Amino acid sequence: MTESSVSLWGQWEVVVGLEVHTQLLTKSKLFCRCENRFGAPPNTLVCPVCLGHPGTLPVLNGEAVRLGVRAGLAAGCRVSPVSTFERKHYFYPDLPKGYQISQYAQPLLTGGALRIRTEAGERMIRIHRMHLEEDAGKNLHAGIPDRSHVDLNRAGVPLLEIVSEPDIRSPDEAVDYLKRLRQLLRATKVSDGNMEEGSFRCDINLSIRRPGTSVFGTRVEIKNVNSFRFVHKAMVYEIERQIEAVESGEKILQETRLFDPVSGRTKPMRSKEEALDYRYFPEPDLPHLVLSPSLIEEERLSLPELPEQRVERFCAEIGLSRSDAEILVAEESLARYFEEGLERFRSAIADEEGLRKVRERWTSFVLSEVLRELNRRGEEVLSGPTGVTHAVDLLERVLGGSLSFSQAKEVYSRAAEEKKIPVSLVEELGLVQVSGEGELSALVEAVLAENTEEVAAYRGGKDRLFGFFVGAVMKKSRGKANPEKVNEILRNKLKG
Amino acid sequence: MRNPFFTSLSDFAKGRDDKRFSIEEVTRYFLSRTESLNASLNVCLSTNPNAINRARQLDARLARNGAKSPFTGYPVMVKDNFEMEGFPTTCASKILSGYVSRRTATSVARLLSLGAIVLGKTNLDEFAMGSSTENSAFGPTKNPWNPARVPGGSSGGSAAAVAAGLAPLSLGSDTGGSIRQPAAFCGVLGIKPTYGRISRSGLVAFSSSLDQIGPFAVQASDALEALVAMGGRDPLDMTTVDRDPAEMRRDFEITEIPGLRIGIPAEMFGEGLDSSIRDRLGELRDSLAGSGSREVAVTLPHSRFGINVYYLLATSEASSNLSRFDGVRYGFRVKEPADLRAMYEETRDRGFGDEVKRRILLGTFALSAGYQEAFYRKARKVQALIRGDFLKAFEHCDMILTPTSPSPPFAFGEKTGDPLSMYLSDVYTITANLAGLPALSVPVGLDSQGLPVGAHLIGPPWSEGRLLKVADKISSLYPMPLPEVHAGHPAGFREGGLK
Repeated sequence: MTESSVSLWGQWEVVVGLEVHTQLLTKSKLFCRCENRFGAPPNTLVCPVCLGHPGTLPVLNGEAVRLGVRAGLAAGCRVSPVSTFERKHYFYPDLPKGYQISQYAQPLLTGGALRIRTEAGERMIRIHRMHLEEDAGKNLHAGIPDRSHVDLNRAGVPLLEIVSEPDIRSPDEAVDYLKRLRQLLRATKVSDGNMEEGSFRCDINLSIRRPGTSVFGTRVEIKNVNSFRFVHKAMVYEIERQIEAVESGEKILQETRLFDPVSGRTKPMRSKEEALDYRYFPEPDLPHLVLSPSLIEEERLSLPELPEQRVERFCAEIGLSRSDAEILVAEESLARYFEEGLERFRSAIADEEGLRKVRERWTSFVLSEVLRELNRRGEEVLSGPTGVTHAVDLLERVLGGSLSFSQAKEVYSRAAEEKKIPVSLVEELGLVQVSGEGELSALVEAVLAENTEEVAAYRGGKDRLFGFFVGAVMKKSRGKANPEKVNEILRNKLKG
Repeated sequence: MRNPFFTSLSDFAKGRDDKRFSIEEVTRYFLSRTESLNASLNVCLSTNPNAINRARQLDARLARNGAKSPFTGYPVMVKDNFEMEGFPTTCASKILSGYVSRRTATSVARLLSLGAIVLGKTNLDEFAMGSSTENSAFGPTKNPWNPARVPGGSSGGSAAAVAAGLAPLSLGSDTGGSIRQPAAFCGVLGIKPTYGRISRSGLVAFSSSLDQIGPFAVQASDALEALVAMGGRDPLDMTTVDRDPAEMRRDFEITEIPGLRIGIPAEMFGEGLDSSIRDRLGELRDSLAGSGSREVAVTLPHSRFGINVYYLLATSEASSNLSRFDGVRYGFRVKEPADLRAMYEETRDRGFGDEVKRRILLGTFALSAGYQEAFYRKARKVQALIRGDFLKAFEHCDMILTPTSPSPPFAFGEKTGDPLSMYLSDVYTITANLAGLPALSVPVGLDSQGLPVGAHLIGPPWSEGRLLKVADKISSLYPMPLPEVHAGHPAGFREGGLK
């Protein structure tokens, strides 16, 4: 953490640590063989173990341990050769055993850091620890009035809790940290990071203090904020609430609060006095988790390219700008699409100069058209008729000069809409780029004849009018004219 | 003879294979005996309605293929804190009323897979918490030797079942002495194996780090075979240890009494020990010495903290383990509670008995923030010292001999008003659980009032075979008479079985 980049909120410094709970992409639950899957009918993915029946014992899922280790290695954590499980007690209908099995005294992973980058600059946010624990079920209050229902499909789903150090200094930094963490978990296939389905959830610990002081202010915890936008909103609200309170002479209470997305406010949930005593103690049903060095090494070797490394490679090898590279890498599937397309061009085009041009076009196409359709329609855009091979075919028409870039963009968007293969759509619509000298010359001449005043003005020195002529020609051709050729012909004719 | 058919598991197997009797016949005998005696003894909470059917099927299979195991057709009773698929598991508690298990305990499943027949499920102190079986929601079990006396506990039903001849073998669980103390009180053999020897899967947990499963039997060799059958690693219980249970059979065979070093801890023969028990054990020491074993003085200085440590650790774990009985998913729930909190409080208040509530309160307190260091954590430290004492003692001896119980079976109500004196009845057995060691109680005859006395042997980890060999020797030195309930067999049965 570099002090120079600390951002201030008026005369106050904001100090934030985040706790993220992420569901692991295992086939089965953490302590039983029930399927780990979202969206099944209530209470269909349950067994005596995750229902907390008497006589049942937890059996640790080795796959969850591996995924945890992998996440830790990706974030530069130390893997504990021996870690422990503890029981955390409280009564709630969605917690079948009356306790949650978690790791408390010795977590699976400690240390580590994530590099974030905001307008305030680049900083490292240290990770305090990561540990395994089981998820609880869900209480459902909709349906019958005065009755609550419990769905225990989620009870026992493996979670990795990732606790940052209080290194975050602004809502922007918090959101960037969360985005990068989610990216890392998705890239390593540790979690799908699906926030709507609750597989990536966040608790915010926030306090304020005068810059330059080393003691922390009184900390408030905001529980279960489940979108980046809400994290930002909740923090802004909470920062302003705390500043206002302190500046008017009030004391901040150590408490747990809830964010209400409707009002945009945080509301008290329970005070320090009401804080639960979880009575942690060692889980006697699970021996210490001892990891062999070979397991850790295996996971280290099987780590895929991490998002940060990928950004570096896109900048250095492909010559992307950092911001373009970041956008691509932020969407794992888009980055794969981009790279696959590039690979196809690379095998078709030999000369460096040609390749550079193609790369520019393809980058711009993916970052504008494909990204837009991806945001609009979801992952399915990246396969099928608008999949990478068909997109490359389309762009090849542009490179071959038979289609304009703007036509290609339009076709792609329509292809996504109609679920058609872009080049077939080109044929269907009879789209061809007009590149013929004669045809284009006629168009240009017609435009010049219709705009004699502008021609005179241009020849009189008003260079800026050149674009106007290009636009008029393109319009007349209904977008079919090859813009490069039009430029060339226009330039010649206007000279004369 | 305790029953008209056989004297031991191997005798049963021989009689069965020689067609001296059918499995159905044997099963009917024990069931009808149970039927006639249960009203007075209250041993069984439920009997198995499928037992006769299963016996017939086994007879049929036997006629075709012969038996694979001595256990094929062998009748067993199981403490009612073991799960059996399709059967109620009550733990002698109101809070589990209506609960039917969906799985079978690994220990029971292993016996069943060898062909054993479960006749019924036996009474216990609620959730195995107690030393007299008086804490059962279904009334106490009577001691077959004297119906005015307790059978011990918490596995009182299982001990009484073997003593009264309702089954030749039964299973119990032992957290602080719950197999060994009732074995001593009922004059039968009971063994708690090394922690990790037998899977706890399907045993309703009281104190997970101390609970172990073990058999009651008359013959040491029967208990040995039951341990071998049930033992070994279980993928459903991560605390089981991957050791071949057959090692116990091997140790049983090779152990010899001459030269055996018997450790005698002076601490456990001192004050608080009933004089007639001390006398019986004195005789035993003499006769063991006469058989060629050697006494070694050992010391277990931290054992005096055993009760304190136990009642902190066991109650801590119990308070956690019993959290799941909340009325939400199964068992008892109060009708129309005012709100969620009321549902929890009233369900648990009315569902649990006093002793269980007392222990939940103790354990919750011992784990509370601000007290955990002074209670739970300190207890864990002393537990390590107690274990260390034993390991040091075993450098000088092969096993340790103590009394099983400081007093003979007491009268109903004698200790229920004074929990502390009740807790003290486990003073000699509790340390074996704290140290995870195997230990057994074997009868050494009767005291001056005609009540059974037990000797307690504690061994190093995994020494069950050796302990049982010594128990076998002791049994031959002190053949137990039969309690009066054995006078006469049910109508239709007579000595020697049916011809």
